[in-house]
Amino acid sequence: MVSTPENKNYKVIGTRPIRHDGYDKVTGRAQYGADIKLPGMLTGAVARSPYAHAKIKSIDTSEAEKMDGVFAVMTAKDLPRLGDVVRGNSEESGSEKHLSENVMAFDKVLYKGHVVAAVAAKDQNTAFEAVKKIKVDYEVLKPVIDVDQAMAKDASILHEDYSGDHLGKKVKNTNIAAHVRHENGDIDNGFEKSDLVVEKEVDMQTVHQGYLEPHSGTAVWDEEDRVKVWTSTQGSFAVRDSVSKVLDLDVSRVKVTPMEIGGGFGGKIPIYLEPISAVLSKKTRRPVKTLMSRTDVFDATGPGPGGKVKVKIGIDSEGKILAAYADIRLEAGAYPEAFIEAAAKCVFSCYDVPSMKIDAYDVVVNKPSSAPYRAPASPQVAFATETVVDEICNIKGYDPIDFRLKNVAEKGTRTALGPKYRTIGLKECLEAAKDSDHWKSNLDSNPKPGKKRGRGIASGYWFNIGFKSSVNLSLNPDGKVALIEGSTDIGGSRASIAMQAAEVLGIPAEDVRPSVVDTDSIGITDVTGGSRTTYATGYAAYNAAHKLIEQIIEKSALKWDINKDQIEYSDGVVKSKADSELKMTLKEIADDPPGGPIVSSASVDLEEAGGGFAVHIADLEIDEETGKTDIVNYTAIQDVGKAIHPSYVEGQMQGGAAQGIGWALNEEYFMSDDGIMLNSSYLDYRMPTSLDLPMINTIMVEVPSEEHPYGVRGVGEPPIVPPVPAIGNAINNALGLRLLSTPMKPSRITEALKRKK
Amino acid sequence: MHPFNYYAPETVEEAIEILSKYGDRARCLAGGTDVLVQARGEKFELDAIVDIKKIPQLTKLEWTDSYLIVGAATPCHILYEDSKVCEVFPGIVDSAFLIGGIQIQSRASLGGNLCNASPSADAICSLIVHEVICEIAGPKGVREIPVEDMCTGPGKNALTEGEFLVSLKIPLKKGEFSASYERFIPRNEMDIAVAAVASSVELSDGKVSSCRVALAAVGPTPIFAKEASELLVGKEPTHENIKKVSEKAKDIASPIADMRGTVEHRKDLIKVLTRRTIEKALERAGG
Amino acid sequence: MAENKVKKVAVNTTINGEEMDILVDPYVSLLETLREVVGITGTKEGCNDGNCGACTVNLDGRIVDSCLVLGVEVEGKNIETVEGMANPDGLHPLQQAFLEEAALQCGICTPGFLVSAKALLDNEPDPSEERIRHWLAGNLCRCTGYDKIVKAVTKASKESK
Repeated sequence: MVSTPENKNYKVIGTRPIRHDGYDKVTGRAQYGADIKLPGMLTGAVARSPYAHAKIKSIDTSEAEKMDGVFAVMTAKDLPRLGDVVRGNSEESGSEKHLSENVMAFDKVLYKGHVVAAVAAKDQNTAFEAVKKIKVDYEVLKPVIDVDQAMAKDASILHEDYSGDHLGKKVKNTNIAAHVRHENGDIDNGFEKSDLVVEKEVDMQTVHQGYLEPHSGTAVWDEEDRVKVWTSTQGSFAVRDSVSKVLDLDVSRVKVTPMEIGGGFGGKIPIYLEPISAVLSKKTRRPVKTLMSRTDVFDATGPGPGGKVKVKIGIDSEGKILAAYADIRLEAGAYPEAFIEAAAKCVFSCYDVPSMKIDAYDVVVNKPSSAPYRAPASPQVAFATETVVDEICNIKGYDPIDFRLKNVAEKGTRTALGPKYRTIGLKECLEAAKDSDHWKSNLDSNPKPGKKRGRGIASGYWFNIGFKSSVNLSLNPDGKVALIEGSTDIGGSRASIAMQAAEVLGIPAEDVRPSVVDTDSIGITDVTGGSRTTYATGYAAYNAAHKLIEQIIEKSALKWDINKDQIEYSDGVVKSKADSELKMTLKEIADDPPGGPIVSSASVDLEEAGGGFAVHIADLEIDEETGKTDIVNYTAIQDVGKAIHPSYVEGQMQGGAAQGIGWALNEEYFMSDDGIMLNSSYLDYRMPTSLDLPMINTIMVEVPSEEHPYGVRGVGEPPIVPPVPAIGNAINNALGLRLLSTPMKPSRITEALKRKK
Repeated sequence: MHPFNYYAPETVEEAIEILSKYGDRARCLAGGTDVLVQARGEKFELDAIVDIKKIPQLTKLEWTDSYLIVGAATPCHILYEDSKVCEVFPGIVDSAFLIGGIQIQSRASLGGNLCNASPSADAICSLIVHEVICEIAGPKGVREIPVEDMCTGPGKNALTEGEFLVSLKIPLKKGEFSASYERFIPRNEMDIAVAAVASSVELSDGKVSSCRVALAAVGPTPIFAKEASELLVGKEPTHENIKKVSEKAKDIASPIADMRGTVEHRKDLIKVLTRRTIEKALERAGG
Repeated sequence: MAENKVKKVAVNTTINGEEMDILVDPYVSLLETLREVVGITGTKEGCNDGNCGACTVNLDGRIVDSCLVLGVEVEGKNIETVEGMANPDGLHPLQQAFLEEAALQCGICTPGFLVSAKALLDNEPDPSEERIRHWLAGNLCRCTGYDKIVKAVTKASKESK
């Protein structure tokens, strides 16, 4: 691990305790979304559109209703019609109308798999059989399935009633939901003065987050119009907010209990089945659980936007960037929100660019409504920028790390959207990359006949959001601390949050017991996403722990009848500064504290954590005859701010790299012209297996964030950004070929090799 | 899924009786790795599933003077964990070792893979190049057909009502014979072949006395590339001669473009894999 | 077409050492049988078509995807699931190694990986990295990139010697 000066003597932070929820998860006891069983529970199932774009003329549910074992059938007629009111949470936004229509279509289906009706039955098989009996009469329309089709003059329009915002102008009858522009300085002048200008356009297919646990939603709607929901989500409060909107209920009528979550990567922020189970429960007055199949997950959830990104960069004769331009067109899917602001923020984030202009388009297409996917939109734009940078280095013969260092973004560099960076660690990451065993190792470019090897490097960025979190602490009579939080734990955050409270209190991590609770039992907490959880909820835990110490001191003062200024606390012991006889352990003060139990509570609403940067190096081997690519050596370097639990930080870096490698090489939505995803199974979606990856080396660089007491930055998202361009650059290094489309699959490699010959 | 009944007959006759009764609304259950997935889909409905694994001969390996007889429901792992099978039929083992992951290999069988008749099946090409004979039992008794006649279209086989595949008879060769199977997949496991080739060769006095090449995922069924195979018979196995076979195999391949691959890539792969599998088979045969 | 009468079937089987009689619909998978009939939910559904390994169980000494086995097929057989790995004295070395090596993030694939890895170590006490990766290729993990899983299996193999 590369560490910057601030080497504090932490007792808990930086250690690797066993995560608190680990025992339940290795024994099968942990309860995930599908594992819940409630007395009298019915099974829900939904009818989905077979067409990507169609008007619903009529729905006949009578045959399904007549079936033995069917308790209720619903359509969108059972949902309130919502208006075009803007809504949002920390990671997604849109209108209430679109939120509701995505749950169940009212008049029009906009993607294959769009829900049109639902059934509650005695068991799963009966529910599925009943769904088959629902008859829907469609008027099939021509779908648009990529940005070119959607932006074409005579394109079929998804939302006739919707106005797009084009640079502030309201525009009707368009699939461009938004066109935004960010400008800094004079790019025309910059390009004019440039010694070299390189431009590339990349084309990326839609990808899916691919979490192993399909979505679920379980609900009870009681006689008092209170709705209880159990679901696997990245944000129980986001679900509460969305469900209450779709059902037109006050938020306090909805209580969401988060189950353990089997992966999300952004895709478990939107709601899908929860309101449907709720309405079915209202009709039956019984609990209803609805699950998705894997094909449903591919057809109708996620995905990460595909699209086209053009980047142009000009440099002077010294190799300094003078100007940069980006044209970003991303697929929002059926409803607006393709994360184009994030794209604009990320596209030139690794460089000091004196003049830049960014045009970004949010384009609706007949695919499932896109969801955040790990650093949403950043990998898409990084592919373009990092390819252009690599090409500049190739043309000019620059060392790719030296060029990046020469133009590196650092504290004070102005960012695309205006503000200047506070302390960031990209420079340190590039230096660590340069100093790494991997970068210093020799690459055998032609290891055996027919095989070529190449090395590529790329950097990437995610801004790491802040927002709201709440934590409650209570000191138990045995001197241990219960920590109550609202951040659903997707990969070890119970541990990283509890460790921060334990560090403040000076007690072992195991002595703080974290629980993730329902929305009635803790203050509002934003989603586990945007790499915010260890940062923001951890900050709340830090504050709550300090408040707990204040309470301990106050109560000790009452007990000893001395002034609280006379008391100090450290490492689980409270004592008088003056009288060495006056001393209590946490257990002793917790036994019978004057004035009631010792509890504390804190909430935060934070700014961004200060950007997170990653630099990845990829070595790969290509079989020239078949186009097969194997990753043979891979190193992920990242500024992690401060690694609270280093094992789980490494895990984020490795997992992000693995997803990026899959994205680069094989993963895609392979669509028919009719807008049907043809590879909607794990078999054909081709996520990496254990045999497809090498060990992924990690180098954690610690440049503490200025925004957090321990310097936490958020680590989950930056590592998915560099892999696609790093692999593209490595392929170019091996074969002298620029592949500008993902996936860079075998057939594309052999085609490109043939063209070259 | 349409609800179905489960039968587990213990004799061939019993199985024929149940299969005859239900006609096309019954299917045999061997490993279940294809049929159970399909029964859950929309393709067909079943009223009965007939588990044939309780019929003793269906899960047995038997060596006779002329054949290795593999019960149609014998799971793949039985083959690759048997040292004699590995030694005598490495080409068959190539296939058994590639079907799915370890979990699938605990259940999936060569017979099931054959009857499922997928154009991209991993076992069928190997069976073709080993000149395997299918032993089929039915209401009219037992009949035998060459394996290349088994697949009649994507997902369609030569079995008629009440019939099922009992065993695969792999002929034992006296001479310097061996085979090899290789598929191309973009990942390293758990994929369906984009294109695949099995080749077998028999050597005598430094020349190829017989050769069989079969191709998968480049036509509606796995293809016995007879014309390509014949090009090597009576010849020395030189690079030049092998190249002619691979080029012919490429000509014979008539793939479609789909999510798993393009026409051009598949044809190119056939050429590469034909060469690689012939070379491997020659190496194994001791040539 | 005449309605096909389908009745539940009584099955006698042994799950994690406990012999039991259960009543199952003949078309229901072993996965659904474990989760819905027996009521143990450690075995997970990820795809229901044999491509993710989240539902891996050990059936008479071999690992299988329980979504591709019928519940009625397990008459007289021995099934081991993740719930049977630990004993009252403590965790199985693999479970301990997964915790110590942080070999799980979301944890949904973990039961399948543990059952698969146990079958490997039961037969091959000292597998190479390549062998571990090959054996586990039928189990998908989307969180970890497999690195720490492979390390945990290696660690458990060394420690159980």
